[in-house]
Amino acid sequence: MKIVACIKRVPTTEAQAKIAGDGKSLDNAGWQYMASFYDEIAVEQAILTKEKLGGEVTVVTLGPSAASKEVREFLARGADTGVILKDDHPSMRDPRATAKALAAKVKALGAEVVFVGRVATDRDHSAVGAMLATYLGWACVTEAIGLELSAGKGVAKRETEHGVETVEFSLPAVITCNKGLNEPRRASLKGIMAVKSKTIAEEAFENVAAQVTVSKVELPPARKAGRIVGEGAAAVPALIEALRGEARIL
Amino acid sequence: MQNFRQLDYLHLDDSLSDEEKMVRDTVRAWVSERYLPIAMEHFENGTFPMNLVPELAELGAFGPTTPPEYGGAGVNNVTAGLIYQEMERGDSGLRSFVSVQGGLVMYPIFAYGSEAQKKRWLPKLATGEAIGCFGLTEPDFGSNPGGMLTVAKKDGKGYVLNGRKMWITNGTVAHVAVVWARLEGKIRGFLVEKGTKGFTAPEQKHKWSLRASITSELVLEDVHVGEDSLLPNGEGLKAPLGCLTQARYGITWGALGAALACFDEGLQYAKQRIVFEKPLANLQIPQQKLANVATQISLGQLMALHLGRLKDDGKLTPAMVSMGKRNNCQIALDTARIIRDLMGANGISLEYQVGRHMCNLESVNTYEGTHDIHTLAIGQELTGLSAFR
Ligand SMILES: Cc1cc2nc3c(=O)[nH]c(=O)nc-3n(C[C@H](O)[C@H](O)[C@H](O)COP(=O)(O)OP(=O)(O)OC[C@H]3O[C@@H](n4cnc5c(N)ncnc54)[C@H](O)[C@@H]3O)c2cc1C
Repeated sequence: MKIVACIKRVPTTEAQAKIAGDGKSLDNAGWQYMASFYDEIAVEQAILTKEKLGGEVTVVTLGPSAASKEVREFLARGADTGVILKDDHPSMRDPRATAKALAAKVKALGAEVVFVGRVATDRDHSAVGAMLATYLGWACVTEAIGLELSAGKGVAKRETEHGVETVEFSLPAVITCNKGLNEPRRASLKGIMAVKSKTIAEEAFENVAAQVTVSKVELPPARKAGRIVGEGAAAVPALIEALRGEARIL
Repeated sequence: MQNFRQLDYLHLDDSLSDEEKMVRDTVRAWVSERYLPIAMEHFENGTFPMNLVPELAELGAFGPTTPPEYGGAGVNNVTAGLIYQEMERGDSGLRSFVSVQGGLVMYPIFAYGSEAQKKRWLPKLATGEAIGCFGLTEPDFGSNPGGMLTVAKKDGKGYVLNGRKMWITNGTVAHVAVVWARLEGKIRGFLVEKGTKGFTAPEQKHKWSLRASITSELVLEDVHVGEDSLLPNGEGLKAPLGCLTQARYGITWGALGAALACFDEGLQYAKQRIVFEKPLANLQIPQQKLANVATQISLGQLMALHLGRLKDDGKLTPAMVSMGKRNNCQIALDTARIIRDLMGANGISLEYQVGRHMCNLESVNTYEGTHDIHTLAIGQELTGLSAFR
């Protein structure tokens, strides 16, 4: 089975948010990058699927050449090949443009199942997976926390407000992966050594104009300074009063 | 605990390959997630987390340079060095475990063993199914192992071993001990299996250094071993010393790991700790301490990396390794002591790493050739004159 996992290179959680001079983007000076948290789950699910059903896992990302670091990490964990759809300005892309580019690649690869993260931890759209399925005309299961695939079909579990839902679907399909679906593995030394023999292709993609563009970014207001209501047991009544009256959480 | 930020003042990262960095970062993440949360507990209890052995094996930490046909990953020596650095960033006891298994047990079997010994032991040692130890030091012979009293006598087809070894890392938990003994006057290596009649390995307790590592005595009383337990291809003191060159190379990197942990902890601490209305880091004396330590560590990093590249090119000599081991243990010990001081009372708390490293590094400075012994090795290399006796 041809399996694709889509990943995005995002700033690490330590990256300081500072608005750039244009007022529409963030200043990325000094940032470090990593693969988005949920994408790790997507790649793990792709590798687990290969281990169970056989096949080949291709990791696809839309991003700069430097994303090869994240792609290599997944090759070390057991994915077979990597493709970077080279995009030096991924932050200019809207979800539709991203989904279009990914859909074309998924089709070209002849994949039967695509795993993506529930959401990318930088822009928080949660849109690419569903749009990708729509462009491909495939089944889409969002936010899966459990999955069993067999020839031509699958059963997934999703968590909703009302409880856990079990859904059945036919392949091909796009699955967006949620926390709890699996525990991403670590690369082993042998896995890292095997990366040399694997390829990461850098390719151009059809660049469609974004329909949605960011016009302004504002940082969340700074948190108000705390207030010490007193010390020791004597402060408890004042604290309860403050939690009730001001904070309204009691 | 804050995320570890490795000092890289000289941007030596640019001299590492993508593969080398990936291995380092993978081991670093493992140590942060799996080892550091339990480091204090094991140090206090004087135990080694044996439950982590399969994970260490899975990471590829045991004998990483061993060729794949014997179960290793066949990485280069810089990569192996980075693994040792990251392990010792966790604890010298963790790195000792890994060094003994790889450099002192898998290496002699690989270098001096028969094909049958290699096939039997190396894959199991690589997966951690078998643990090994290396018995060279004796109660009366440490720096001068050539004086050893442990003897082997030919007995029919096999051998009988008698003697005592001391300060043997992992002795009590080892399935196989590489025991060095005198056979017909020449030092030879023997593979002695746990449970062999007359062979016991009681643990040495009450250490205040390398507490999270098992240290044992090996007692050999008329231990009969088969003919196939002799390592056929190594003879004389140069055989165990050949192993020590491997392990000392590892310590050159490992000691840096401990130093880097202390430096990072001290730097973060100095930025946060307020004294006389200012962060410690904003005062001249702490800055001088940090500047001195950072310079020493940077020099040590250059040395380790250079020795690693030489080793990969087959140009590394034991005398060079002596310089690396001696220097990097010294700078690590200095770093730990200076940062311990910088952190005031918190520096003596096991809630922080520095005190644990400081105590551990006393052992690291002593084992695998003391600072003085390496001074004499360098002196001999420089002058051509031996001053050992
Ligand atoms: C925690 C720990 C784990 C260890 N693990 C192992 C192991 O797994 N396997 C193993 O075989 N050994 C192991 N050792 C033993 C270690 O290698 C020896 O302790 C070391 O070689 C020093 O020997 P010694 O303790 O007998 O000191 P000594 O040789 O008695 O030295 C005492 C002092 O004299 C100095 N000195 C010695 N000779 C000279 C000289 N010629 N000129 C000037 N100064 C000199 C030394 O530098 C030192 O300061 C371990 C030790 C420790 C502490």
